[in-house]
Amino acid sequence: MAFVTANWNPLGEAFYRKIELYEMGWNLKDGLRECLVAAAPYGGPISLLKGHNRRSPSARPQLEIYSSSGLPLASFPWKSGVVKQLGWTVSDDLLCVQEDGTVLVYDLLGGFKRHFSMGNEVSQSQVLETKIFHSPYGTGVAILTGALRFTLATNIDDIKLRRLPEVPGLQGAPSCWAVLTQDRQSKVLLANGSHLFILDNTACTPVTPPGLSPQASSIVHMCDSFSYKYLALLTDSGHVWMGTSNLKEKLSEVDTKIKTPPKQMAWCRRPKSQQPSAVVMWDGLLIVVGECKETIQYHLDDDSILVPELDGVRIISGTHHELLQEVPGACEEIFKIASMAPGALLLEAHKEYEKESQKADEYLREIKEQSLLSEAVRQCVEAAGHEHEPETQKTLLRAASFGKCFLSNFPPEQFVSMCRDLRVLNAVRDYTVGIPLTHTQFKQMTVQVLIDRLVYRKLYPLAIEICRYLKTPEYQGVMSRVLKHWACYKVQQKEESDEVIAKAVSVKLADAAGISYSEIATKAYESGRTELAIKLLEFEPRSGEQVPLLLKIKKSPLALSKAIESGDTDLVYTVVMYLKNELNRGDFFMMLRNQPVALSLYKQFCKHQEQDTLKDLFNQDDDHEELGNLYVKASYKEQRLEARIALLQSAVDEYYKAKNEFSAKTTEDEMRLLRFQRELEEKKGELLVGFSLHDTMTTLLSVGLHKQAEQLYKDFRVPDKRFWWLKLKSLAEKEDWEELEKFGKSKKSPIGYLPFVEVCIKHHNKYEAKKYVSKVTPEQKVKAHLAVGDMEGAAEAAIERRNESEISTVLSRCSATTDHLLMERLNRAKATAVKK
Amino acid sequence: MAHTEWRDAPELPDFSLLKRLARDQLIFLLEQLPGKKDLFIDSDLMSPLDRIANVTILKQHEVDKLYKVELKPIVSSSDQLCFLIRPRIQTVKWISDLVNADKVAGRFRRYKIIFTPQKFYACETVLEEQGVYGDVTTDEWNFYILPLDDDILSLELPEFFRDNFLEGDQRWVTTAGSALHLLQSVYGSFSKVYGIGRCAKMVYESWRELMEEGEQRTRQPEFAKVFLVDRDVDFVTPLCSQVVYEGLVDDLFRIKCGSVEFGPDVTSSDKSIKVMLNSQDKVFSEIRNEHFSNVFGFLSQKAKNLQTAYDKRRGMDIQQMKAFVSDELKGLKQEHRLLSLHIGASESMMKKKTKQDFQELLKTEHSLLEGFEIRECITYIEEHINRQVSMIDSLRLLCLLSITENGLLSKDYRSLKAQYLQSYGIKHLLTFANLRQLGLLEEQQAGETLTVMESKVGKLVNDKTVGKLTDAFSSLAKKSNFRALSKRLALVPKSGEEYDLRVPRDMAYVFSGAYIPLSCKLIEQVLERDGWTGLEEVTRMLNGQEFAVTGGSSSSEARNKTDAQRIVLVMFLGGCTFSEISALRFLGKERGCRFIVVTTAITNSARLLEALLDNHA
Repeated sequence: MAFVTANWNPLGEAFYRKIELYEMGWNLKDGLRECLVAAAPYGGPISLLKGHNRRSPSARPQLEIYSSSGLPLASFPWKSGVVKQLGWTVSDDLLCVQEDGTVLVYDLLGGFKRHFSMGNEVSQSQVLETKIFHSPYGTGVAILTGALRFTLATNIDDIKLRRLPEVPGLQGAPSCWAVLTQDRQSKVLLANGSHLFILDNTACTPVTPPGLSPQASSIVHMCDSFSYKYLALLTDSGHVWMGTSNLKEKLSEVDTKIKTPPKQMAWCRRPKSQQPSAVVMWDGLLIVVGECKETIQYHLDDDSILVPELDGVRIISGTHHELLQEVPGACEEIFKIASMAPGALLLEAHKEYEKESQKADEYLREIKEQSLLSEAVRQCVEAAGHEHEPETQKTLLRAASFGKCFLSNFPPEQFVSMCRDLRVLNAVRDYTVGIPLTHTQFKQMTVQVLIDRLVYRKLYPLAIEICRYLKTPEYQGVMSRVLKHWACYKVQQKEESDEVIAKAVSVKLADAAGISYSEIATKAYESGRTELAIKLLEFEPRSGEQVPLLLKIKKSPLALSKAIESGDTDLVYTVVMYLKNELNRGDFFMMLRNQPVALSLYKQFCKHQEQDTLKDLFNQDDDHEELGNLYVKASYKEQRLEARIALLQSAVDEYYKAKNEFSAKTTEDEMRLLRFQRELEEKKGELLVGFSLHDTMTTLLSVGLHKQAEQLYKDFRVPDKRFWWLKLKSLAEKEDWEELEKFGKSKKSPIGYLPFVEVCIKHHNKYEAKKYVSKVTPEQKVKAHLAVGDMEGAAEAAIERRNESEISTVLSRCSATTDHLLMERLNRAKATAVKK
Repeated sequence: MAHTEWRDAPELPDFSLLKRLARDQLIFLLEQLPGKKDLFIDSDLMSPLDRIANVTILKQHEVDKLYKVELKPIVSSSDQLCFLIRPRIQTVKWISDLVNADKVAGRFRRYKIIFTPQKFYACETVLEEQGVYGDVTTDEWNFYILPLDDDILSLELPEFFRDNFLEGDQRWVTTAGSALHLLQSVYGSFSKVYGIGRCAKMVYESWRELMEEGEQRTRQPEFAKVFLVDRDVDFVTPLCSQVVYEGLVDDLFRIKCGSVEFGPDVTSSDKSIKVMLNSQDKVFSEIRNEHFSNVFGFLSQKAKNLQTAYDKRRGMDIQQMKAFVSDELKGLKQEHRLLSLHIGASESMMKKKTKQDFQELLKTEHSLLEGFEIRECITYIEEHINRQVSMIDSLRLLCLLSITENGLLSKDYRSLKAQYLQSYGIKHLLTFANLRQLGLLEEQQAGETLTVMESKVGKLVNDKTVGKLTDAFSSLAKKSNFRALSKRLALVPKSGEEYDLRVPRDMAYVFSGAYIPLSCKLIEQVLERDGWTGLEEVTRMLNGQEFAVTGGSSSSEARNKTDAQRIVLVMFLGGCTFSEISALRFLGKERGCRFIVVTTAITNSARLLEALLDNHA
């Protein structure tokens, strides 16, 4: 505790410290020499490939995966091609890029997940160099091929290969290159001698970093910062240039005075730090450069690698694992020698208090006089977060807690959450877990991701424990995610029976919210346990999730009925379309037949997409009625008359089969009518085809083709009434009163004579109208008289019939001035009618 | 006696929020395709869209030109095409053809389809089958509800009726469920849900599932109760001629998306004028629910009042005049304009409707509803057909006859059908097939009964599906027991009593006192009894499928009588008429509650029957 600052080194304004995280648990004979090594950021796992250049089948290279503390997670002989590069994805998957451009993906326990190729061009010209990078879109792979071209995949989970343009004048491999993320795009920055180029999708643009010292003839190393915002270049003259990654601004330039090319370079900058700083590593030497001329030098005993982190650099060697970082502000304030910062005073006060010395009060007074006590508490809490040793953490937190006693209204959240966070962090930093996260990293990565990482390592109990301890809200589903992973793992345990597993899973998962049983079932199916999968699916409440898997495991009838039960049409469609492609037609139709909902949906689809299929469907069902309707419908789309009649004939046949004589007869009539219309069209030139019978007759009558109209009247057994109405209207329209009169007398009108009266009036011929009034039946007499405006006649008729309502009607039409007498008579008649 | 506001009417929730939500989402979607683009809009989305986001707003979000989807080749020079469409296979196919044509022509464009209210898998299948799945990006605009007025919300899905009831395609069920879910998530949960009909049940299920998936909210509910009703529970009401002002305007001029275009005969100029018809229109809101025989008198009174208001000018000094011009004149002018329009409309209505023909038509309808002088009615219908008076009206009378009489006698059925086909062409064979399927126009059958058929089919399938099949059958060939229903629910008031239309006694006033809409009567009865108890006989005649659920997690009991408790949401699946809305407004006033109508679309007899014609496809 007393020597917190023992490992501090000043650089410019700031201090840097190197903390030992672990003594490595692995037992490597040759350290990291001649190994391909990759370590995942955020304290992730480390992978080693020993002797990766060995090609003889007798001595295969060995791929090993360790936790950050060096505990073995997996180890297996490498049987695939020559590996050029190892790397980790953001979700802790191991990527192995082979010489031929194939990328193999393993999980961190060495299980093979999948592989993908970086394209033909890469496999032909072979991989020269490759880099695995992280961008906001995920993990990407960049490859420099033997043909000196770059191929890029920005996100390996959604592979879109991009081949970047050629670099002019590039003869051999560039001296160094890096992948930058700018303007939401991944670009390659490369150095060819002293020339720098930026390659994006379309162009290769030469760039010059501002203020790069002129002595340099070549850039030998480059790296971008964890946040992609900054870039560091190392020249052959030993200068490190640091600036923004868009090459617009220079931050500093430092001479390392070493001209040999380094092994590795990395940014070592904490967020919000004032000073840019990078770490350069040579054999046995590590230099930290910042803004000032001075540098910090560390001696290295062993072959090491640098792992850049959000707030520092981890240094992994054959025996040790260390963290190099700029000392966080709060820690510096408190622990700097002779610091008078409030935090430092509070810590001192607390120490005195524990010694039961009155000096405690003096210190406190001093802080309080400047009214900086809350600041002091805050500092102590923050510093605790940045300290690695639990003892130091405790001391700081106790000091903070002590200070809090003298404050009213100090919000407790920060203190409480820091205590919780530290508890979790100390748990995962434990040697057996081996995730050396700093507090800054933890906050950046979030609890959810940390839980995921634990789950990947199958540390389910710890994950659950953390969830419970941090009281993660249900809706974030962290807990259920852990349970789901556990269940997925569980179903792969071959030694237990389906029943036992299904029961175990359902019991554990029962009351957790948002569990997707279908995902677990998928896992079960994938590991060859179809029956278990079906059992598990029974627990799935959402049909939308059940159905796709049921289809996949070839339980299509079950899938179809589940889909229908759900009432979700979309889902039914999904199944139907799947079945359509999967089954032969007969089976498909049979299956639909048993499911009316699915059938009607499919019919809808066919109506627009596949008319013929619709016919087949009806045929299979012997649904002749519908077939007939289908033909009738088709006939209306048909322009050519012959084809139209042919279709109608098919309809007639179907209607007969359906024993629907009425429709059949009507359709036959229609065919007859069509033929008749065409004949007339040809002869007389009247447009008729497609008219209804009624309209045809109207047209015929209006052009004076009475004979033909009569013929239709007889042939089609048109009701008399209709024909009379038709003829009456058309004659009146033509104002052919003579013909109308003749027609009226031809026989007794089936529609009576009131229509005659009305039609004449409609055409303003009162004279003609009067002719028919006498013929009107007694019931309609009043109406007829009124229609022609004969009030007296109407009154006469009404009185004769002694009908009260009719009398009233007439009365209402009389005007008081002219029909005075008439009204009197009517009123009298009305009175008697009422009496009766 | 206008129906507007009464004293303690509960406050209605502010539905303009729904518009804002829809607009924001649309803008978001448009911005997903940066740069200038041409927008193609389904013709039936034009009017609803206009209510959400007008052309100016669209232009602000880089929409260059607007086109109507016409299923024809397009002329557009834009490199980005955006389609705003209903999820219909036909339209998607048209788009696929466009894309393929562009490909052949070597033209590169970006395409984006925005489906509203939701995407259907079938549409994506079409894209896939046509080989353009990768070329087109798709999105969903969850525009479920358009508020047409303070108390009318429409899904604007006229095809719901045909798809669901005729084609047996339940794709819109989830849409209706989502609409309810949306209302619930914005305005709070409901304490009780009632419903009747197969579709209503499915909608409720779908809604319930959404509720369970989503997070639970414990907010004070804004609606007390929800009532879901299938259109096929009551076909009689929409088949009757409408006689309240708003309904009549809809029948005559067709109200489209809350606005109507009055032709030259109304405006007495040579121009047509588009008018929004809603409660903002002070004149309209006073007459919309009135029987049309009252409207004219009311309007002339109003005109007189207006004149008096104008006349106030006389004898004013300068100061008063100034105040008058700035405060009142504009309002008066506006009122004047509207008044003259409505007077014009009612004049043209009077011209058409007081003619003898219409009186006889109404008389026939009333006879059918009452069930006497059926022979005369048939003769009248026959004449109607023979004289080609109106294709739709004839069909309407036929359906009304069939429903009220529980099917036509074989002889009548054949002869009327034959005559109809002679008048309007054989293509109506298909129409009749559709009408029969829906149970709108049937032949009385002695032979095979339904149960026989059911058991036949039932043998073919496993036990689980039998239940569902039976449901399907009963809804397909449902028996109308109109006469018995009418008696039990007293839908038709005793004839002979005078009915003063100026002072409505009951909901029957919306049909001149001749008939209480069945749908509204059901709602009234259920709300009164707080459930279906005592209505067993009725529901049996309506083929059951009724349900009543006490809502959600919130404790329904012991809640204080807030305003919200007096708001009832009624959802019509398959459309509702303005007459029904008027009837419900009346009922609300009687019972001191307010109804909010949610409907898949506003319908009337013509729309209902046109949806069943088959000659357009």
